Amino acid sequence: MGKYKGEGSLAVRPKTTEEVSRILKHCNERNLAVVPQGGNTGLVGGSVPVFDEIIVSMARLNEVKSIDPLSGVLVCQAGCILQHLDDRVAKEGLMMPLDLGAKGSCHIGGNISTNAGGIRYLRYGSLHGSVLGLEVVLANGEVLDVLQSLRKDTTGYDLKQLFIGAEGTLGLVTAAAIHCPPRPKAKNATFLACATFSKVLETFRKAKADLGEILSAFEFLDKESLDLAVGTYEDVKSPLPGSPERFYVLLETSGSNEDHDNEKLHAFLEAALESGAISDGAVAQDGTQLKAFWRIREGVPEALNTHKAMYKYDLSIPQSTMYGLVEDMRARVGDRAYTVGYGHLGDGNLHLNVVADAYSEELTSLIEPFVYERTAELGGSVSAEHGLGQMKADCIGYTKGDSAVSLMRLVKKTLDPKGILNPYKVLPLPGEVTPPQDS
Amino acid sequence: MRVLVGVKRVIDYAAKIRVKPDGSGVDKANVKMSMNPFCEIAVEEAVSLKEKGLAKEVVAVSMGPQASQDTIRTALAMGADRGIHVVTDKELQPLAVANMFKSLVEKEDPKIVLLGKQAIDDDCNQTGQILAAKLNWSQGTFASSVVVGDDQEKVVVTREVDDGLETVSLKLPAVITTDLRLNEPRYATLPNIMKAKKKKIDKVTPEDLGVDVTPQIEVLHVKEPEARSGGVVVESVDELVDKLKNEAGVL
Repeated sequence: MGKYKGEGSLAVRPKTTEEVSRILKHCNERNLAVVPQGGNTGLVGGSVPVFDEIIVSMARLNEVKSIDPLSGVLVCQAGCILQHLDDRVAKEGLMMPLDLGAKGSCHIGGNISTNAGGIRYLRYGSLHGSVLGLEVVLANGEVLDVLQSLRKDTTGYDLKQLFIGAEGTLGLVTAAAIHCPPRPKAKNATFLACATFSKVLETFRKAKADLGEILSAFEFLDKESLDLAVGTYEDVKSPLPGSPERFYVLLETSGSNEDHDNEKLHAFLEAALESGAISDGAVAQDGTQLKAFWRIREGVPEALNTHKAMYKYDLSIPQSTMYGLVEDMRARVGDRAYTVGYGHLGDGNLHLNVVADAYSEELTSLIEPFVYERTAELGGSVSAEHGLGQMKADCIGYTKGDSAVSLMRLVKKTLDPKGILNPYKVLPLPGEVTPPQDS
Repeated sequence: MRVLVGVKRVIDYAAKIRVKPDGSGVDKANVKMSMNPFCEIAVEEAVSLKEKGLAKEVVAVSMGPQASQDTIRTALAMGADRGIHVVTDKELQPLAVANMFKSLVEKEDPKIVLLGKQAIDDDCNQTGQILAAKLNWSQGTFASSVVVGDDQEKVVVTREVDDGLETVSLKLPAVITTDLRLNEPRYATLPNIMKAKKKKIDKVTPEDLGVDVTPQIEVLHVKEPEARSGGVVVESVDELVDKLKNEAGVL
């Protein structure tokens, strides 16, 4: 993103867990801070040193250890690139349980450490469910081996859950055992237009009921997002070029029988059109058109990235109030910037972005802390899937209460007493809790 | 005037294919099938002609097994008026297809037959040319631009050829085969998909058309091209020099 720049002068590139262990043991003894780095695609500066922390790149831990086609379990090192893993497991008729725009560069270790969500979360769930085991190197160099490949294991505390989403602050993930679902035989995609946001929600409810087990993605974009993507890239075209509607939905189904899925999908679309929930829609007729629909969705964050100033928010908001926040932000910011709302509607995850030609105090003050305060008021989360990193290291108070943060600090102190693992990230400095107690 | 468009059901352009272990052909089991991309462009061109008022009726034709009907439905959803499905499970090669089109042309009396320049499964690039010769019609192949005169007597076709672009003026009736840059096919949208369900698809057999579709060419063997050996990432300049010297033998 080009937003964060540290002053680190040393990066190490270990090849084995043993090397990672020796590095951390050494750093721990000498009080040297480290920043674990995967594909460096994070959106909250979590993998960038703040000062001169030593970068520990996991890129060379890139071996696949095993793939079991019967159980669907993949065991691999943390530095494997997500796209490569998907290609590998595809040969066994499997797929990775997550998919995101950065998959060509991001590492599975990074995905796990940030509890990445992505576009298939709706169907395949969280990494907290699909990660079966981990191998983690702790702050003192000790190797924690909970790398079993069992689907079910209730023996003692489920330690791996601590590290999933801990953004490298409790330990360095060096290997993982992941449950991979079967690769779908049939995939369908539709691009729908809805007149109002409540119709989008109505369409979602209908889709869950009528498409149920074959629904694999439900993404929404407002007209501003669509126009931005179409206007920025030549290869991004709207399937509904004349549409005046405010809201668009990319709905995808995945199943094991093409005819069966087509029948369900077309029955759903006919009913949705008749009830007025959707006013129009295009159905992908082949694999190329399916990819083209996803290109639109991927084009939105890419197009946003081309702006000099980008205020990016990844929020979990109750679906009924989700777009209200976008409209209020747009009204506050007015002509000073361009406001878009899009995201994983199916998961209640809004990506709210405000872009402009330059950052300014005025603009920033209009946006923050309003966006965090409003999210807290609505009972949402200030970071649905991107993590806190350094960008939101002082924002946890908007979503988690004092006793939760205290317990997190206790866990951190226990696992990393010297505070060498990815400091200045995730948790606010002791004594600083936002929002201020009196608000 | 009436326009006839040919649409072929082929393995989806985006699908990964594998050759059958016995080398007899490509494994089609459980592989996604869709309309040939060049046929899609042909349908788009035909429907555009109708929208411009130059064609009165667009008839989509497919030849093949039961499932070819889906391909016709897609053409109908894009705006074709009705369909003709020549039902057969036999293997069809360009000569047989051209003969059947000739028979359909004699029945339907179109002024233009639009076909894709080639199918992405066999890459033959023959059907349009054979058909034009058999009908003794003009042909404009590899079309990247099609302009029908208002008098509907002539069509000006720009062709993509090895040297660049060649523009020819053809007397109608004509066979035109479409190339990639002719147009961008529209998506099938819901109201049209619903309407398409009610449009008529007539079914005929090769026998009804008086054509013997026995293949004239036998495929002896199919194999994949040699796998490209992967590059190697080296860890140091010394290693690079060593490999260049001792493995590649270029130093």
